[in-house]
Amino acid sequence: MLIFCVPVREKTEVEALNRENFRMGMRDGIPIALGYFAVSFAFGMTAVADGMRGMDAVIISATNVTSAGQFAGLGIILGDGSYLEILLSQLVINLRYMLMSFSLAQRMEPDAPLYKRLLMSFGVTDEIFGISITRPGYVRPDFHLGAMAVAIPGWVLGTATGAVMGKLLPAMILSALSVAIYGMFLAIIIPPMEKDHSLLGLVLAAMSLSAALAYGPELLEGALGLVSGLLPRLSSGTSVIIVTVFAAALFAWIRPLPQEEADADAAEEDREKVPADSTGNGGEKGRKK
Amino acid sequence: MRHSIYIYILLMALVTYAIRALPILAFTREIRSPFFKSFLYYVPYAALASMTFPAILTATASPISGLLAFVVALWMAYRKKSLLLVALSACGAVFLAERGMDLARAMQLI
Repeated sequence: MLIFCVPVREKTEVEALNRENFRMGMRDGIPIALGYFAVSFAFGMTAVADGMRGMDAVIISATNVTSAGQFAGLGIILGDGSYLEILLSQLVINLRYMLMSFSLAQRMEPDAPLYKRLLMSFGVTDEIFGISITRPGYVRPDFHLGAMAVAIPGWVLGTATGAVMGKLLPAMILSALSVAIYGMFLAIIIPPMEKDHSLLGLVLAAMSLSAALAYGPELLEGALGLVSGLLPRLSSGTSVIIVTVFAAALFAWIRPLPQEEADADAAEEDREKVPADSTGNGGEKGRKK
Repeated sequence: MRHSIYIYILLMALVTYAIRALPILAFTREIRSPFFKSFLYYVPYAALASMTFPAILTATASPISGLLAFVVALWMAYRKKSLLLVALSACGAVFLAERGMDLARAMQLI
């Protein structure tokens, strides 16, 4: 009798757990959604102020859900950059999501169906990854999906609102608001420097190189008496790719992450391959914390 | 050469999704190279930094207000203020600086 009852009870239990995880994901996704609204507002507003159609900015946000990548892409599109630039810029700037997806895949619940994993991939952002990976035990697809269900609409709605406001606001307000995204970027990159001093060097190097590529050609031409326009002027997209790759590679070489940190991450993942629920499914390592 | 906005968007979306979905599909072992991990750790900071400067100088009506916004934002971020507060402070700095410059121009000081 018991043998027939167990499979049915397990299935509805699993479904109930999934719904609960989804709800918790939605709850934890709310602060992310609010932050996304603010940043994507700046994106929508900047895009429209620089001539893009509001609808196109919203489509970009809906299909990408990246902040650095979208702003970089915006620069290239507005500068009529090549398709290759768009490809390379997105590849380089978003490459870290590959590492995040690796991490999630390593700790994924073993029975997670493919369609859920593919859906989850779409929402691998810094913040959603952050709340998914720091939950103890296996990564629960439904939790991740719940966060996506709240955060991504926040991102899209923010873009739409920013796009609309961009058309309505007078020029003097727009000029002031145009620095909002840069303010946000700085708010992201400056605070971690307190703990990680290498970042200071990295940011200084990146900004110096970026300025050099922007003003260098003109200054060199003037100093050397060359014909104006002789030296190449890089588009914003190419510049971002070159500076990012060069600066990040340089610092990965001279200031790599401490080995203990990388090893500790790996060890933590091994330890936590233990399920949160009490059904017999042992993790591959099976060790308790 | 005119590019189609829709091809731009399609390429962006495809590349971004491919990057995120590949590890889930390819079942490859985790990358443990310290260099690569460090590189990926630094990339977002390098990208955001290179996008911020010197672009912030030319984002506003005048490089002076842009520079002021940069300094104000750096200070507020250093003081660990919230994302929103840093951004608004930078905007406020620009607004005040430009009104000040308008006034100075009107009084024919500059």
